[in-house]
Amino acid sequence: MKTHYFQLIDALCRELNTGETLLSHLSGESSDFVRFNHARVRQAGSVAQRRLALRLVRERRQASANVALAGDGSDLALGRSMLVKLREVLSQLPEDPWLLYPEDVQSTSSERRGALPRAEDVVRQVARAAGDADLVGFYAAGTISRGFANSLGQRNWHEVDTFNFDWSLHLEGDKAVKEGYAGFDWDPAVLEAKVRECAERLELMAKPSKTLAPGEYRTYLAPRALEEVTGLLELDAFSARARKTRQSALLRMEHGERLSPQVSISENIEAGVAPSFQEDGYVRPPQVALIAKGALGEPLVSARSAREYGLKANGANARETPEAIEMAPGALDDEDVLAALDTGLYVSNLWYLNFSDKPAARMTGMTRFATFWVENGRISCPVTPLRFDDTLYRMLGEKLAGLTRSRELLLGTSTYDERSTSSARLPGALLESLRFTL
Amino acid sequence: MIETLRKSIATLRSPAPFFSLRYVEEECEVLAVRQDTIEPPRLVVDRGVMVTAVTEGGYGYCATSDLSPAGLQAALDRASAWARATAATSVHAYSPSEMPAPRGERLSALAAAPSLARSELFDLLADECREARIDDRIVERYAALELRRVERLYLTNTGADVHQRVSYAVPYARVTANHGAQTQARSFLDARQGGLERVGGSGFIGCGKRLADEALQLLSAPDCPSGRMDLLLMPDQMMLQIHESIGHPLELDRILGDERNYAGTSFVTREMFGEYRYGSPLLNVTFDPTIQGELASFGYDDEGERAEKVWLIRNGVLERPLGGRLSQLRASLPGTASSRAGSWNRAPIDRMANLNVEPGASTLAAMIASIERGVLMRSNVSWSIDDSRNKFQFGCEWGELIEDGEIKGVVKNPNYRGVSADFWRSLRMVGDASTFEVHGTLYCGKGEPNQVIDVGHASPACVFAGVEIFGGA
Repeated sequence: MKTHYFQLIDALCRELNTGETLLSHLSGESSDFVRFNHARVRQAGSVAQRRLALRLVRERRQASANVALAGDGSDLALGRSMLVKLREVLSQLPEDPWLLYPEDVQSTSSERRGALPRAEDVVRQVARAAGDADLVGFYAAGTISRGFANSLGQRNWHEVDTFNFDWSLHLEGDKAVKEGYAGFDWDPAVLEAKVRECAERLELMAKPSKTLAPGEYRTYLAPRALEEVTGLLELDAFSARARKTRQSALLRMEHGERLSPQVSISENIEAGVAPSFQEDGYVRPPQVALIAKGALGEPLVSARSAREYGLKANGANARETPEAIEMAPGALDDEDVLAALDTGLYVSNLWYLNFSDKPAARMTGMTRFATFWVENGRISCPVTPLRFDDTLYRMLGEKLAGLTRSRELLLGTSTYDERSTSSARLPGALLESLRFTL
Repeated sequence: MIETLRKSIATLRSPAPFFSLRYVEEECEVLAVRQDTIEPPRLVVDRGVMVTAVTEGGYGYCATSDLSPAGLQAALDRASAWARATAATSVHAYSPSEMPAPRGERLSALAAAPSLARSELFDLLADECREARIDDRIVERYAALELRRVERLYLTNTGADVHQRVSYAVPYARVTANHGAQTQARSFLDARQGGLERVGGSGFIGCGKRLADEALQLLSAPDCPSGRMDLLLMPDQMMLQIHESIGHPLELDRILGDERNYAGTSFVTREMFGEYRYGSPLLNVTFDPTIQGELASFGYDDEGERAEKVWLIRNGVLERPLGGRLSQLRASLPGTASSRAGSWNRAPIDRMANLNVEPGASTLAAMIASIERGVLMRSNVSWSIDDSRNKFQFGCEWGELIEDGEIKGVVKNPNYRGVSADFWRSLRMVGDASTFEVHGTLYCGKGEPNQVIDVGHASPACVFAGVEIFGGA
């Protein structure tokens, strides 16, 4: 795909008129997808897709086109036809005062080959590992490719083979445990061990569930639960545009609110699986400190925001969302979590978070999968789904009792439009109290 | 391309007795003006095909944007291999001989070449953006228009041929106001099928100033009061309420457990159909993909089932789930023509299409007059619901306090929470046709791999009794 893409852009660049600049981005994948229900196959298939974005600039005017490539010689004619359309659009546009694109050539290349199994073998391995268990899950694997090329001569390539098997084991009703196995080199023994460990945790769900009345409870949020909280913030809390237009969920931090000094959040591209370049061709800095010891840090600045607000672009994507969010660890050892929680809720997963009052960073969401009541440092019984509704300034501020020393690297499971290359590296969080409402 | 594919399928070979080819071609253009500045226009041309193979017991698919004869044959080979590999482990024992071979077409008129030049469309958007600049507290103004044309073709080696085409022109606007640590926004969306000709009557023209004025009103409004009281939901919030707490729980694939790892399950079980009291006797809900102009109108679903209007809830009693042909076979229940895919690269699953609440008999004035203390809410801004679609909490952009049968003023940050199983039984008034509005959303997410799809929801205004309502901060 790399050769085809670069040859295609080379050919299109040769056809540019004087004064035209072409920027392009390729997003492709060759994926196997298998859905499981009751440890049997619900849907299995493969998807090969290559989406090319062409951005034509002339006389400070710009327009872009996204096309699906066939991957063969017909793509050149398609690219040419899009150039013709873009020229026609440009002729109807005024100058764009916020146009900015990288003019320094910074070419990069990164390829990581993995050891991926035949997906048909995964079907057998999953069925064997699940045994009699009611396993529901989704296996996604294959090669993900991202590329950038422009008429200034910059060439960037990022290609990685990954797998992501995300599953849950179910007892009855809402009694279930969720787990994942993701990486580059598939090992059926690791899969079996993880499913076995998951099944052991499911046994804890067999006890009668406790239904808690609304109120405040001491709560431990495991890394996957905390990921839902940071996931909600990712929408626009760190965006330069959202901050400038007073729409960031962290608005009150610009008016004096702070999180706990234990909380430091960064965009750490180095530690994730996202490309080191973004769709405009900017090479990203290794790290951007978004929250530093509880205080508001740098925003994520896209090229367009940089021009609009007079800021320095820092490699953010156009939506100014993190792609490799990381939270600094704390001092709580994993083996001490239950003792430190003492009596309260152990929340493995949260679900469907949204804002109750966004400018106040007040959010709501549900517990899901394995949520346990803990008494005197021992797991007592599962708890039926609860709705929380609380502010970030309490959760990761005045009520944050501690963060775990170990962190979990969670590779993004999203497959909207394409397989995600995002990740999160997070500790668990112990809260002195969390407000539950329903 | 349509004729080429019709010829191509005759040349494809597979050991699978049944195979299909589902082609989707989408052309889209997004025009937007933000802060009086034209955003770079975005054109999209997306086309590809999903080839599906069915053997005795097994099913497999392969999607590709390589539409050459060799590309199609390679995709069919891969789909056939999947069908073979999963024949013994599938959740359903597929039978090639049971696969239907529908023929038909539903071609909406091609959006006439826009009667307005692109520069004139930008002027339309710029007008709304500029008119929203009424106060220094207005911090962001955005107006956009999405023009989209989608063409679908479904062919099988057994003779099916279903061709459909639909156009959309979707205007959107959003205005945000801020003062200190308080930010409020109002938005406009008219998501329906049709061409540019319908934008003029959509309410978009003139919305910029109105949205700005309303955002400023919210800035200075008191917070929504807290307590149990009546809730008057206007149609654009009924859309969300229907979607989350009727639509998703009635999806048959959720009931069958397919979505338990991602989108979730349902509090509805198979045994409930035919007898479960879902809502008060005033509640009547239909699946109706035949309504002209509603966002998810179609003639056939993505597996070729002919679409027709079906009652899901009648006089409050649950009658039928939302589920396509495969789910109906698996659950031994009747369903709907609702096996739909987000695009060519995603396989069809059970989806809503147009899911509507039928009008009742109350005027808006009568509904307001009947409320001793309550809140009117419109325009969803926040949504959260548990994985079985029961415990929900929703928030709106706009609220109005009602006391002693009269609107008393605007309130900000209106939220409410409840439990689906109880909520619809508290429905005490349903608006008449004069309150009925057609809405839709372009982004309903579900499935593994994930996919988004458009759905339509039409509804009158409705009153619910004794709902837990609250404000912000």
